[in-house]
Parts: sequence; structure tokens; C-alpha cells
Amino acid sequence: MQFLALTHLRVLEAESIHILREVAAEFQKPVMLYSIGKDSSVMVRLAQKAFYPGPIPFPLLHVDTTYKFREMIAFRDSFTARIGARLIVHTNTTAIEEGANPFQLGTQKCCGLLKTRALLDAIAEGGFDAAFGGARRDEEKSRAKERVYSFRDAYGQWDPKNQRPELWNLFNGRIDKGESIRVFPLSNWTELDVWQYIHLEKIPIVPLYFAKERLMVVRGDSLIPLEHDVPLLPGEKPQMVMCRMRSLGCTPCTGAIRSEADTVPKIIEELMLFRRSERENRIIDHDQEGSMEIKKREGYF
Amino acid sequence: MAVTAPMTAEEAIEAFLRQNETKELLRFTTAGSVDDGKSTLIGRLLYDSKGVYEDQLASVQKASVNRNAGPIDFSLLTDGLRAEREQGITIDVAYRYFSTPRRKFIIADTPGHEQYTRNMATGASTAELAVVLVDARKGVLPQSRRHAYIAALLGIPRIVVAVNKMDLLDFDEQAFLTIRSDFQVFSAPLEIPHLDFIPISALDGDNVVVRSQRTPWYSGPALLEYLETVPVMAARNLDQFRLPVQYVIRPNLDFRGYAGQVVSGVLRPGDRVMVLPSGRTSRVKSIVTYDGELREAFPPMSITVCLEDEIDISRGDMLISPDSMPHASRRFNASVVWMNADPLEPGRPYLLKHTTQQTSGTVRTVLETVDVNTLEKSPASALHLNEIGRVAIETHKPLFFDSYRRNRSTGSFVLIDPVTNATIAAGMIEDTKRSTPADEAAKAAISALGWGSGRVTPAERYARAGHRPATLWITARKEAAYCLERMLFDRDCLVKVITDDFESPLVSELARFSNHGGFIAICSVSSNAPEETSRARDVVGADKFIEVDPTELSPRDEEAAAQLCRLLETRGIIRRDDRFAEGSGI
Repeated sequence: MQFLALTHLRVLEAESIHILREVAAEFQKPVMLYSIGKDSSVMVRLAQKAFYPGPIPFPLLHVDTTYKFREMIAFRDSFTARIGARLIVHTNTTAIEEGANPFQLGTQKCCGLLKTRALLDAIAEGGFDAAFGGARRDEEKSRAKERVYSFRDAYGQWDPKNQRPELWNLFNGRIDKGESIRVFPLSNWTELDVWQYIHLEKIPIVPLYFAKERLMVVRGDSLIPLEHDVPLLPGEKPQMVMCRMRSLGCTPCTGAIRSEADTVPKIIEELMLFRRSERENRIIDHDQEGSMEIKKREGYF
Repeated sequence: MAVTAPMTAEEAIEAFLRQNETKELLRFTTAGSVDDGKSTLIGRLLYDSKGVYEDQLASVQKASVNRNAGPIDFSLLTDGLRAEREQGITIDVAYRYFSTPRRKFIIADTPGHEQYTRNMATGASTAELAVVLVDARKGVLPQSRRHAYIAALLGIPRIVVAVNKMDLLDFDEQAFLTIRSDFQVFSAPLEIPHLDFIPISALDGDNVVVRSQRTPWYSGPALLEYLETVPVMAARNLDQFRLPVQYVIRPNLDFRGYAGQVVSGVLRPGDRVMVLPSGRTSRVKSIVTYDGELREAFPPMSITVCLEDEIDISRGDMLISPDSMPHASRRFNASVVWMNADPLEPGRPYLLKHTTQQTSGTVRTVLETVDVNTLEKSPASALHLNEIGRVAIETHKPLFFDSYRRNRSTGSFVLIDPVTNATIAAGMIEDTKRSTPADEAAKAAISALGWGSGRVTPAERYARAGHRPATLWITARKEAAYCLERMLFDRDCLVKVITDDFESPLVSELARFSNHGGFIAICSVSSNAPEETSRARDVVGADKFIEVDPTELSPRDEEAAAQLCRLLETRGIIRRDDRFAEGSGI
């Protein structure tokens, strides 16, 4: 390392903090989308750093589909209480009362109602003009061109052809009434960066990321967690499998991977060795080529 | 027991992590056209450095089969959006990531067509290196010139020219040398600090990740090796401390911290800093972070600064080192890249975003446009989408800036359309303001006024006023200037404050005129440029000219005014305050 140099993680950290502060200063009512996953954990840590010794000056918003892992909810409640963050939990109760569930609607429609719709409603109800998300550009091809400040029209929709040029670190946050901006402070982080940062900073994460024996339904190559009354196919029998989650979503749509990695360094090692993209185990992305882009246009994070 | 046990698996991972946590970050931009093989090159860098995850690759193989594009089309790894994939072109800046054990890389991948100048500029704005692709069969085309010009304009200090498709020319050294010399000739006026050339074949992988056997005449590094070893952040400005204040952190009455990113220079506790625009100075009490207080801060750290004195500071203000003041002016010239379908209209109000402040402003005139292909300059009255030109800008509030060449953060800005909210231009501020013909005409007009001595002599004026005329030259501190004016006026002095909200060439002329009438002129000026100060000294006359070091002044306006009063007394401009002397019984 040369004189007065920073490591790549510290450069990423400094840039993310800059983004968090810009939004807190320039918007009336920002909110941070908190998905309980590892990226959210990193984003929350960066927010703690950005405003230290003050509190995080905006609330965290969790869109709860009610199909999350129980361990996620427990972690969410204890973690946010411990760091003294304001937490808003929003659920599309109307859709759930009307019987929306992933087993009958199919993943696309279920996501549309319980995630996308719920998110847009929560943003509108809260009057939030900026919402931080933990998405990274390396996650999926359609995200490579995403801006740090991603402009959404009054319907929460994203137009890939009509995004503002972003030069240097001069972000244009001007919006009209009803419009909003999604802000991605982790845009330039990769999955490996996130894990290394969690390791370096000892950031708490949901235990589901760590391998242990769990009761699973084995369906083809997928391991489906036995939560929320997942319907079994004929001949299927749950069994104990040594496994962990690579990404956290709703239980019916989050497959686990067989793994022995029960510490952060072992997870990183596994990541280096297996090199499967983390979205592989999210069923939703396989529905259609470019499905993430379609969901984003509609307002999904 | 001095026996070293072999590393356990766990220890090996820890060692690996420690090494990975000390990686450097290099951002580079790639520009090239559809046929240059740019996507193939990037795909190969990602693939060969094992940055492409297996299932992403699997999905590409599926898409490739559908389109009958051969075994693996590396370009499909990089083309993101559906529309683009269908059209087979990249239409926007795409960011790619890969890393090697030594470095993490961020590629801003930009399309090469002329109509995408704005994307190239966007990608180049954060890059410290540019990879320019040249098709070895075609040589240096207009688009190569365009890429090099935009890279140089956006201040990228290092360009590496990848001469691609060498396989199609049987790795002919002569072809490579011709391209190299052509490129060097046309790019000479761009003054690119570091320019290097590598012969490659992106398709076959020659000199991309490992040195090729097929170019025995080439002794330099392969492209990846080059990217791994060039110095990073070498062009950082570590001399002039600047911290644009983003946010004031005030959790309780005992803590007030100014949060922002160090954009240049180095800051340590105890350092003297000046706050712009107020011009007040204080010392750094502490540099606060979540991870503890810092002994020094440097770019690009995001920090929180606490000062010794209570000073009113808000977002948009800038903390600087008083030893190296930025320029302060409402008027400056800049190069701009026009990014909007509606052309630039001189005189129309735009919003200008610069560091952490936003102000409104107009483009007074378009000075010239630059043809991005030939680098030829020509006069123009407007700028259209993807055109680059030099313009004269005037803002409502004075800006504190450095030239883009010196400081990429305090020298850059974007223009925003206040109606559509679109980002319509990117600007790079030029070195220093040269005086315009209008300034010169105004100066001439003032000199033409009657300066003759008349029938009242300076000595008579002195006797009447009870003090000598003088010009106090202070940067900023307008409020302190008004305090001093009041103080002197109450002591029966002839006194007048002269201020400018932007660099006015006439302040010194007016000061001279006031001095001529026997007045003490207090000039609170926005520019501290040495050439302006020295011109003022010449105009006013060195015997009457008193330059004030702003760092010596108290941050409180009343105290600063009292200090200046004492300064005038010591210099024998005004008499000592007799009332004070009598009261003390002397």
C-alpha cells in the first residue's frame, strides 16, 4: 500500500457514506428498505457510520410478505432494537386476506402483490421521497446500468431509457411531487466485498446464512425449507440436510444450498470455490429471461 | 516450542482474507465501437479472471445457442438490458466488476458511437485510466480520437491503447508500430500524462491476461498485468485541503460535527481551517468517525470534523486550508459536454450543482465548440446533444472552485434543467478567469475619469479628515468589514466598504478613487487570486495598500474589526483612540 492510500473496502465504504449523507441532506423524507439480508446489514452499518455519533436520521422499512423465515423476523426485531433504529413493518394485508400466497398464485403474481405492490404502497403511505435499497450492480445483468440515484415516476416505475447521467459524485436528486428516487449506496460492491466487509467489521447477520442441519424438502436440485406449510409433492418426505441460505427471501422461493460453511470465512471460501451467483437459488429469476428487468420496470427493487 | 505448525484450513482462509482486505481499487473506462471487440475483451477479462459466476455463464450459453452466435460469445456477458441485447449494441454506461488477488477493478463500459459522447464522458468522470480499443486492421479512426479526447478532457491521467485483432494481421509488428505512432501524433496536443500501447487479440486471449508467445517483439506487460501494476490514485491532489460540508451532525448540544468527504489535501487535528464563504477560521479539534478519532484524513475518506470555535456552518459551505484558497467568483469559463436533446440556450436559467451546493446560473455565451473527431474549434452560439464546447458561466451565488485540472471535485459541476429536472450538462472549470474585453473597457472608462489633483491637496484632505487614506484588502469577511466601517465612522473617519459578489475588476479602481477623496476603503473581495491582489496593489499604490491575512483574523466579526482597527493604528493610518487613553488615566 502506498502512502495515504485506502484499501478497496475503505474506498467503497467512504463512497457509500457520501451517498447516504447526500440523500439525508437533500431529501425531505428518506427511508431505508431493510430486507434483513446481509446486504441490508451492511447498509445499516454504513448508515450508523455516516451519522455517527448521531442516530440514523431515517426509519428502516421492512416489507413483510408474512412468508419470511421466522429466524429473519426474530433477528430483525432484536437487531433494530439493539441499534436503536426506527423500524416500520408494512404488509399488504388486503392481498393476504384475499388469499394471496405463493403456492397458488405462482411466484410472479405473488411477488407482484406481496412485495412490489406492498413496497409501492408503503412508500406512498409514508410519503417517502427517497428509498435506499441494498441492490448491487454485480447481482444481475440488468443491474449493471442502474444508477446510484434511480429515478421512479409517480407510479414507482423505472424507465431504463430515461435515467439521468451520473457524473463524478454529483447526484441529481430533483424530483416533482409524487415522484421518488431509489438510492443504491452499495451499487459498486460485489458479493465478495459484502462478505469481506461483514468479516472485517464483525457485522451481525441472520444465522440462516450459516450451515447447520435443517429439515428440508429435497426437490430436484433444490432444497426447500419446511416453513409456512409448503405443500409437498407426492412421494416427497422432509429430511435433515446440512445446508445454509445464500440469499434470504420468502421461504417458498428461497432454496438452500448444501454446505458445511458455518463461519463467515468458510462462507467466503465457499463463495470463491463454488462461484455460483447468489440469485441462482431464487426461483423468481428463472421464470423468464430478463425477469428482473421486467420486475424492476414495474417498481420492484 | 519454536516449531511452526502448518496452517490449518481456517488459518489459511484467514490469511487469504487479510490479503484480500488490503487490495487496492482501480476504476477504468473502456471505450470502443461495436466492431472493435470491446465486449469480447471485457468478457475475457471477466471470464479469465474468474469473475464470471458459473450460472451467469450458463445463462449466456443458453442465450448464445438461441442466437446461433458460436460457442461462447463473450460480448453477451456484458450486454445488459433486453432492448440492447435484441439490437446487439450497448447504449448506456454499464459497470462491471472483477478482481484479482492484487486489485479490485471497476469498469465503466461505454459505447463508442458519436451519439454517445455523453455516456463516454459519464464513464470517464470517475475513472483514473482509460482503455481505448483500436482495430489493428482499421488503424486510428475518428472514434479512437474521440475516445482519447474525451478521456483527456475528463482528466484521466493514463490511457492504454489496446491494439486489438492482431491475430488477423498475423501479429505484424509493423502494423502495431504504425498505429502507435499515428496515435502519438494526433494525441500530442491532448497532453496525456501517460500513454501506453499493448498489442492484443481479445478473441484468442493474446496479451490479455498472460503475455502472448505470438508477439515476441513486444516486451511489455499483458493488459491485466498492466492494470494490476499501474499506480492507483496517483493523480490525487494531496496539497490543497478541501472538504465540502454535506451534513451537520448535531445529536446533542455538546457535539457539532461537519460531515463530508475529503476531496483533496490532508487534514490533521490542530490544523487551521477556513470556512467558506464566511472566511472565518478555526482549528480542527478532532476528526470523528464511528471507528474512532483519526490522526489524519485524506481523500476519499468520509469524515466528521469538529472545530475549536463555534462557527455557523451549514451544507454547501467548504472547509479549506487557508494556505491555498480556491478561486471565488460568480463568473468563470468551463468546458461542457451537452447531454440533453434540447440545445443549450445562452441566458436561460439553469441549476448548477457544484460540490455540495446548488445555485442557479446561466451560460452567458458559448465561446466555441470542439469537433470531437478532429479536435478543431469553431465559433458557435449554441450546443447540441453530445457536443462539447467552451462556455462562459455566471452564477447567482459566488462559487468556490479550483480548476478541474487541479481538482476534479471542486472543478466540476453539472447543469440541471429546473423544469424537467434532467441533468443536461457536465462542466469542467478552466484554469483562471481571464479578464474579458468588457472588463478592459470598464477599466479604461474609469481611467478616463478626471483624476487630476484639483485645488484641494491630499495634505488638506488629511488635515480635515484627521487620518490618512488607505485601502484594506480582505478576502471575504464582509460582515467584519461592515463592523469595521461602523467603528471607524463612529471615530469620525471618512470610510467606505467596497464589496464584490463576484470577481470584479473594478474594486481596486474604486478603492483608488475613494483614497483619492481621502477615504479609507475597506475592500471585502471574493477573490484571493494572487494576480488580482497584486494588480490591486499596483492600482491603489503600495503606500496605501494593506493586505490582510485572513487567517490572522478572529472568527468573530466584532473582534476581527477591532483587530483591524489596531492594525490601522499601528500603521499610522488613524490616531490611537485617545478616549481610551484618557479613560485609563495616562
